[in-house]
Amino acid sequence: MKVWALHLAVVAALFALQFVLPPYHATNLARIMVLAVFAMGYNIAFGYTGLLSLGHAVFFAAGMFGMGLPVWHLDWTALPALITGLAAGGLVAGAVGLLALRTAGVSFMIVTLMFAQAGYLLLLYFGAVTGGDEGFVVETSSRSVFGWNLSEDGPRYVAALTLFAAALLSCLWLVRSPFGRVMVAMRENEDRSRMLGYNPFRVKLIALVMSGLYAGAAGAVYGLLFGYVGATFATIQYSILPMLYVLLGGAGTVLGPLLGAAVVFYLIDITSAFTDAYFFVVGASLVALVLFAPKGILGTIRERVAAWLP
Amino acid sequence: MSFGPFLLLALLEGTVMAAVLALTAVGLSLVFGVMRVVNVAHGEFFMVGAVLAWFVTTYLPFPPALSWLVALIIAPLIVAAIAALADTLILKRLTYDPEATIVATIGILYMLQQAVLTLYGPDARPVPAPFEWRIQTPWFGYSGYKLFVVAASGAILTAVWLFMTRSRAGLVMRATQVDRDIARAFGINVDRVYAGTFALGAGLAAVAAVLIVPIQQAHYLMGHDPLLLSFVVVIIGGLGSIRGTLVAALVIGLSDGVISMFFSPTLAKILATLLVAMVLVFRPQGLFGAKA
Amino acid sequence: MTRKLTGLTASRRAVLQGAGAGLLTAGFVAPIWAQAAPIKLGFQLHRTGIGAAYGRWYERTAQAALKMVNDAGGINGRPVEIVFEDDGTDPKRGAEVVEKLTRQHNCDLIFGPLFSHVVIGSAPRAGELKVPYLVCSEGFHVAGGKLNRWSMQPGITDVRAQVQSMAPWVLANLGKKVTMVFPDYAFGHDHRDYFTAAVEAGGGKVLAQIAIPPTETTFTRYMPQIPTDTEVLYHVMVGPAVLTFVKELGEFYGSGAKPQIFGFIDSLEAVDMASPGLEFLEGSHFWEGHCRNKQPDAPDYEATYRAAVGVDDNGASVSDPKDISTYGHMFSVWETLHIIKAGMESAGYQGAADRQKFVEAVEAMTVIPASLAHVQGEKVFNGKTHQVFGLQFISRVEGGKLVKVHTSSMEDGMYPDAVDFSTQSF
Repeated sequence: MKVWALHLAVVAALFALQFVLPPYHATNLARIMVLAVFAMGYNIAFGYTGLLSLGHAVFFAAGMFGMGLPVWHLDWTALPALITGLAAGGLVAGAVGLLALRTAGVSFMIVTLMFAQAGYLLLLYFGAVTGGDEGFVVETSSRSVFGWNLSEDGPRYVAALTLFAAALLSCLWLVRSPFGRVMVAMRENEDRSRMLGYNPFRVKLIALVMSGLYAGAAGAVYGLLFGYVGATFATIQYSILPMLYVLLGGAGTVLGPLLGAAVVFYLIDITSAFTDAYFFVVGASLVALVLFAPKGILGTIRERVAAWLP
Repeated sequence: MSFGPFLLLALLEGTVMAAVLALTAVGLSLVFGVMRVVNVAHGEFFMVGAVLAWFVTTYLPFPPALSWLVALIIAPLIVAAIAALADTLILKRLTYDPEATIVATIGILYMLQQAVLTLYGPDARPVPAPFEWRIQTPWFGYSGYKLFVVAASGAILTAVWLFMTRSRAGLVMRATQVDRDIARAFGINVDRVYAGTFALGAGLAAVAAVLIVPIQQAHYLMGHDPLLLSFVVVIIGGLGSIRGTLVAALVIGLSDGVISMFFSPTLAKILATLLVAMVLVFRPQGLFGAKA
Repeated sequence: MTRKLTGLTASRRAVLQGAGAGLLTAGFVAPIWAQAAPIKLGFQLHRTGIGAAYGRWYERTAQAALKMVNDAGGINGRPVEIVFEDDGTDPKRGAEVVEKLTRQHNCDLIFGPLFSHVVIGSAPRAGELKVPYLVCSEGFHVAGGKLNRWSMQPGITDVRAQVQSMAPWVLANLGKKVTMVFPDYAFGHDHRDYFTAAVEAGGGKVLAQIAIPPTETTFTRYMPQIPTDTEVLYHVMVGPAVLTFVKELGEFYGSGAKPQIFGFIDSLEAVDMASPGLEFLEGSHFWEGHCRNKQPDAPDYEATYRAAVGVDDNGASVSDPKDISTYGHMFSVWETLHIIKAGMESAGYQGAADRQKFVEAVEAMTVIPASLAHVQGEKVFNGKTHQVFGLQFISRVEGGKLVKVHTSSMEDGMYPDAVDFSTQSF
């Protein structure tokens, strides 16, 4: 009960924040919520199931282009395009998983990295269809859902929050479900779970597809809310960012991705005022995290103060 | 141009690429073989080597050939020192956990890249070749320096091979590779071996960079490509197998030139990337991997 | 853009009068200068990432233009400030920077980005925030109609116009059989499409189009693909590997027979022509947006411009002769700031509420005469497509210096309008 109350309170607080925050920070928060959904997807694979992927950018991009291409070329409206985006994320994750999950550990990381790189190059190669390196603008007229114009600040924020709340609560439900416990068992001891009768490949594949659905949804909504679809979102940097969010917020915690995304976003936003080398700060925090706080912020809190935290 | 000279040029270019790739990838392979660490910052060590070569050749008042030679010695030493430091301060404390080290080396990648941006700037800067010598064939001209790069890479790789097989230090490294606990039981200072291996791997990347920088230029984002290519080579050759790495470098280097004669080069890169993924999935010991 | 220039002189005068009125106001309010709130301009800067070599010089040029504008009384009698924010040459960060400049720094407008993907990624947000977004990008995205009414390119011509104006001279002076080498992405594709069309319209033939992937670091193996009967080799490359490309071209042809070589200076921006391996370019030709080496016929104000930006007669930094500027492009920042001044003064710009008036004032601009403010040369702004048109230069490498041999005409770069922004809603 305490758990559900906490998470509903977070959603309610986020809803209230749009009336309190200055517009600059409100839009940032809309971005952060969508990125947090991306990171939640990463967390399902890495934090709960132990699949350290370096290729999640391609799932995000699949969602983004899965939404954007039908809108651009076929004049689809936003709602069906969001569904194709979501599906594209899950589909690409499933295809990558079928092959990559035959490997584990370091090999899994490299295989996912290579698939993501191939995906990025494919977007460039088919530039005539995808817009190539320049990408393309999603017209404002195509960015309405149920009569809400998502290019306006209010509806955009509510849309980001709706996605976030749905993702957060379903993630909470998932990790507390029996299947969620099997995922964790897979992370902790694959051999033992195999002996208990679980098929590791199947469990991991389902986890990765769910992860891809989250990433795809985030990518589709990001493209729709901010009106741009481009191949840079498929570059390796966008595979590393969700990893950083999750590591910082706390791998295997439900609220960690949101916290991590917010901290990293403002870390870059604030340090870029003082130094060119703000990515130095990103690099240094990665190193510091694995060295001194491998459990991240919420992971440490859970360990020391609040063991009930999911 | 008719097919014969075309092929000759493709093979020449492929050999140069293979030589430099072998040097870079052997460093990555060595680190993976001995330490079981995937060093994502390997490309940045390459980049730092090239940038240091620019500093040395620009600020030393010697003729180009001499200052380049100095760079060939100093740059790898500095890079090796940075790597040894990173090993002692970071990787050792992670007890070389494979996944944590990957995250940490990603962090090191960003730190090195951005430090160079701040200290060196965003421009691509040329380093003069130690000598200018152009070979004119009946069909095309070719840089004599590139042939020198092939010879020098061959010599350095031979030295590495002799070091690994004939020297005591090489023996110790190979012993640690086989079983680090037993090596420790025999009184080998595993920490020192690891720091040394990491330094050697990074140093080899820097050597490759100093050799290549008169052909390319020093730029703070230049490490990305060597890293990906080295990954390709090391994986196709079989993770951790030095011999496999050399064979793979030769095959990848030579085929890359020829493949892009028939396919779109972007398509060739896509195929190479997918090939790596498939090799890892279906033949994890690599295409040319011996059991080593 | 088929309208005759003569038909536009009336509104040109109106603009000039507007500017004059602004100066007059500046005189009146000068005593209360200290109290006047500054006009804040946001600069979206490629300080890091792949565009950083350009970004550094764009920042210097913006600072120099800012000083000049402020020394002359600011805009509408108010002092001007520029807030620089780094976008990392990344479209996602670019949109965030637009947000930050508009809403946190309360900038009146935003200008300065160069790379097309950053422009296309940021323009939607600028349109939503209804903040003028003036790009210095060369891309055909503005006039191509991809963006919105708030996005304009008044400081530099686009790739399509540049490429098209080169074709007649190349065909008449260098040869009719052309082989093109270009990077395999949007910027290169614009060159491929528009130059090929212009060559064919001029009675020439493009023998081969060699696209090179953007990640490539060595190029020799592409060179055998150049057909032997090529008369003109057309090259345009961007990114850190460009010097390699030119050097390897030199090694490949060596002392043997070689075609005429025509390149875009983009291949060698921020690169010293005296770099080892570039001797080979002697006698070849380049498109230049603005002549890097000071020409004998350069107007007096060009010296003022060079001194203000801190560039010597060879286009290098006055403090470091090895630090070469991006001279062929960076004038766009200087000129854009002067367009901003003229536009704000003609709109009687007071604050954010007048942003729409500012856009309309720029749209009303037509002929922009050459002057210190428009140091690259005379221009014509097309208010429908939001794109400026101007003169292009062709230089020949002589003794390691770029010597101007041809100036294109305004008409060479004109093409039919692809969009009419002035009918779109704000």
